[in-house]
Amino acid sequence: MRKPALLLALTLATPGAARTIMVAPGGQAQEALQSALIMAKPGDRVQLAAGRYALVDGLSLDVANVTVAGAGPGKTILDFTGQKGEGEGLLITANAVVVRDLAVENAKGNGIKSKGSDGISFVNLRVEWTGGPKATNGAYGVYPVSSQHVLIDKVVVKGASDAGIYVGQSQQIIVRNSRAEGNVAGIEIENSYFADVHDNVATNNAGGILVFDLPDLPQQGGHSIRLFRNQVIANNHPNFAAPGNIVASVPPGTGVMVMANRDVHVADNDIRDNAGNGVMIVAYQNKFTDANYHPLPRAIVVTGNRYAGNGGKPAFPGGAEIAAAVGGTLPPVMWDGIFGYRAPGGGERAAGGGMQVSDAPLLSLDLKMQGTSPAAAQPRLIPPVKMMPAPLRADIKLPAAQEARARGK
Amino acid sequence: MMKLLRPAAALAAMLLLGAADPPGVDGARLLAEEPAPTLSAYRLFADPRGRVPAAGVVRYTLNTPLFSDYAEKFRYVWMPTGKVARYTAMGVLEFPVGTTIVKSFAYPADFRAPDKDVRLIETRLLVRRASGWVPLSYVWNADGTDAVLKRAGARLPVQFIDAAGAPLQLDYAVPNTNQCKQCHQQAGAVTPIGPTAGNLNGGLDGQGDNQLTHWASTGKLTGLPAAPPRLARWDDTAAPLADRARAYLEVNCGHCHSPAGFASNSGLYLQHDEPDPAHQGIGKRPVAAGRGSGGLMFAISPGDPDASILLHRMQSIEPGVMMPQFGRTVPHAEGVALVRAYIASLR
Repeated sequence: MRKPALLLALTLATPGAARTIMVAPGGQAQEALQSALIMAKPGDRVQLAAGRYALVDGLSLDVANVTVAGAGPGKTILDFTGQKGEGEGLLITANAVVVRDLAVENAKGNGIKSKGSDGISFVNLRVEWTGGPKATNGAYGVYPVSSQHVLIDKVVVKGASDAGIYVGQSQQIIVRNSRAEGNVAGIEIENSYFADVHDNVATNNAGGILVFDLPDLPQQGGHSIRLFRNQVIANNHPNFAAPGNIVASVPPGTGVMVMANRDVHVADNDIRDNAGNGVMIVAYQNKFTDANYHPLPRAIVVTGNRYAGNGGKPAFPGGAEIAAAVGGTLPPVMWDGIFGYRAPGGGERAAGGGMQVSDAPLLSLDLKMQGTSPAAAQPRLIPPVKMMPAPLRADIKLPAAQEARARGK
Repeated sequence: MMKLLRPAAALAAMLLLGAADPPGVDGARLLAEEPAPTLSAYRLFADPRGRVPAAGVVRYTLNTPLFSDYAEKFRYVWMPTGKVARYTAMGVLEFPVGTTIVKSFAYPADFRAPDKDVRLIETRLLVRRASGWVPLSYVWNADGTDAVLKRAGARLPVQFIDAAGAPLQLDYAVPNTNQCKQCHQQAGAVTPIGPTAGNLNGGLDGQGDNQLTHWASTGKLTGLPAAPPRLARWDDTAAPLADRARAYLEVNCGHCHSPAGFASNSGLYLQHDEPDPAHQGIGKRPVAAGRGSGGLMFAISPGDPDASILLHRMQSIEPGVMMPQFGRTVPHAEGVALVRAYIASLR
C-alpha cells in the first residue's frame, strides 16, 4: 500500500496541545502540503521532511501561530518549476507565523510573501531561481508587505528579477544575517517604518541595499531605517528588471541607495568595489500627484563606513563625466543635491533635515529642485562633517515571544 | 433535554422546529461547525443533480459577473424563514445569520446549445454564521449525482465547444479554502462579493421584474430606497463605455484591488466609483508588479491600451504576470476588448 503523504504524527495528551503535522514529498505533495496548511491549528508545526516537492500551484497559510519547517534549506526544497497558477510560491496571511529551514525554487511570481501579518518570521531559508539572474525570474524572494514585527534571519535569495529581500509598507523590521546575491536589488526596504538591516551580505546585485519611498500607497513616508555592519560588495550586475519598475532605475554598480526617506542611518558597513556609488542619496524624480507624498531624502546620516574600490566606472547617465570632473573616480557618497519640491496643488517645499556625511566627502550634484534633469548637474564636493556622536536610534526589538519562536527548532 | 419532555410536547417541539424552516433546506446543518462532507446533506436542491433549487432557494443574477473561464454560473440565495436582508448602498447587502449563498459552476458540452448536456463542476457556498461568512467548495462527482467537500483545491480537465464552435480545453482550478478567503475578504473579514444592491439592480437574466424590488415585495429585503444605485451591465452596448468597463473592472478586480482588499498595498483601486485618477491606475507607475509590468510604464496609459500594464496582465495566462492571479486559465477575450476600448477612449 502506498504510504500516505500526510500523517498526523504526534497527538499529545492534552486536548488542544500543539501538534506536529508531518508532510513528505511524493506524488500528492501539492494536496498533502496545502491540506496540512489548511488543517493546521494555532500552535501547530507543519514539518516538511527532506526531499524535493514538485508543486503545480502556489501554497498558502492563513492560520495564526503556525511554524512551517523543513529539514534545512539544502534538504527540503519546494520546487515551483511546474507552477501553473498563483502569484507566489508560498503566501502567508496570518499572524505569528514562522517559516524556516527550507528552500523555495523557481517560483513563477514571488517566492514567499506575507500580507498583513503581525509577527512574521522568515528564518534559515533559501529562495532561488536556479537558472541564474534572468528577467523571466519572479520578482521578490522574500516579500513581507503591510506587515509588522517582521524578522528575516539567515535567508539567502538569488536571482530575483526585482528585489531579493523586499519589505514593503511594513513596520518594526529586522533583516539580519542574510545574503542577497545576483538579484536586481539585494535588499529593499520600501515605504516602511523602523527597520534595522544589519550583518547582511549584498553582493553581485545591480544595487546592494535600497531604502525607497513611493507615492499613491496606503503606507508612505518611510522613515527610521538603519543599515549597519553589512557587507555591500561588488554590486555590479547588469540591471535585468522589467522597465517601468522603480528598481529598473537603479544603476548597476550601486552599493546603498536611499530615496525619499527620512532618518536613515548608514553606519559601520563595508562598502567595496561597487563601480558606481558606494552610497547614493536621491529624491524621487518622477512626477507625482499625491499631495501627501514627500519625494525628498532628509535627515540622512552616513558615518563610520569603510569604503574601498567604489566609483571607478559609474553606469548612470553622466556618471563618467561627473567622475572625470572630480578626478576620475566618484567619491563614495553622492547626493543629487535636491532640497526642494513643488507639492501637487501647493507651493514649494523644502526637505527639512539635511545630509550628515562624516566618513567621506559628499559629492553633491546640486540639482536643487525635484524633477531637475541630471544633465543640469553641477557637481561639487562637500567636506565630511565633523559629527557629534550620533544620537543613534535604539535597536529595533521584536517581541520576545517572536524571537523565541524564531529560535525554536 | 428531549428526555425531560413528555412525548406530546416533544412532538410539538419537533413540529415547531420543522416549521422554522421551509421543508428542504437543512439550516441547522449549514450552521454546524463541521461542514457536511457532501453537498446533498444541506438539501439545497430538490434534485440530486443540483439543478432544481429547493423551496426557498432563490436564483439571482448579476448585472456584471466575475469571469471564470467561461463557466456558466447558477447563483442562489437562501435565508432562514422569517429572516430578511437589509439594504445597504455600499458593499453587499446585509444578510442575516443562516443565509447561504450558492454558486454552481458548469459547462455545457457546446455553448451553441447552452442548455443541453450541462456538466456541473463545483458548487461553492458562503454560509453566514454568527461568527462571520464561511466559504465551502464542493466538487461534483463524475456522474453528477453529488458533490464532495474539497478544501485543498483541485485541477480538473474541462472541455467544451465554445460559442464560436471551436473546441476548448481547460485545466479548471477549484480554489482552496485560502484562495476563497483571499478574494472574499475585506479588512480581514470574509464577505460575499456579488450581491451588492448595484449589481442586483436589474431583472433576473436581465429581463423581467427587478430583483431588488422582487426581493423587497416577497419579504426578503428591507430598507430598499426608491432609487438604489445600479452597476452597469458590462455587455450592455447601450450603456456608456466607461460605466461598463469600470463595472467590469470592479467585479473582476476590485475585490482585491480596494483599500481593504488583498491587493490594498498596490494602491490600485478598481471600484467603479474610485475618484482618484492615480488610484484608478491612470498614469500610475507599478509598485511591486515585478516582471508582471511587462516593461510598461503605467497601469493605464490613457489612449494607449497596449502600453497599459492592466490590459497586459488581463491578457496573460502566465502565473506571476496574469491577473486575476487565479480563477481563470484563459483570457476573457470579450472583457479584454471592453477594457481595451475603454483605455483607448481615455485622454
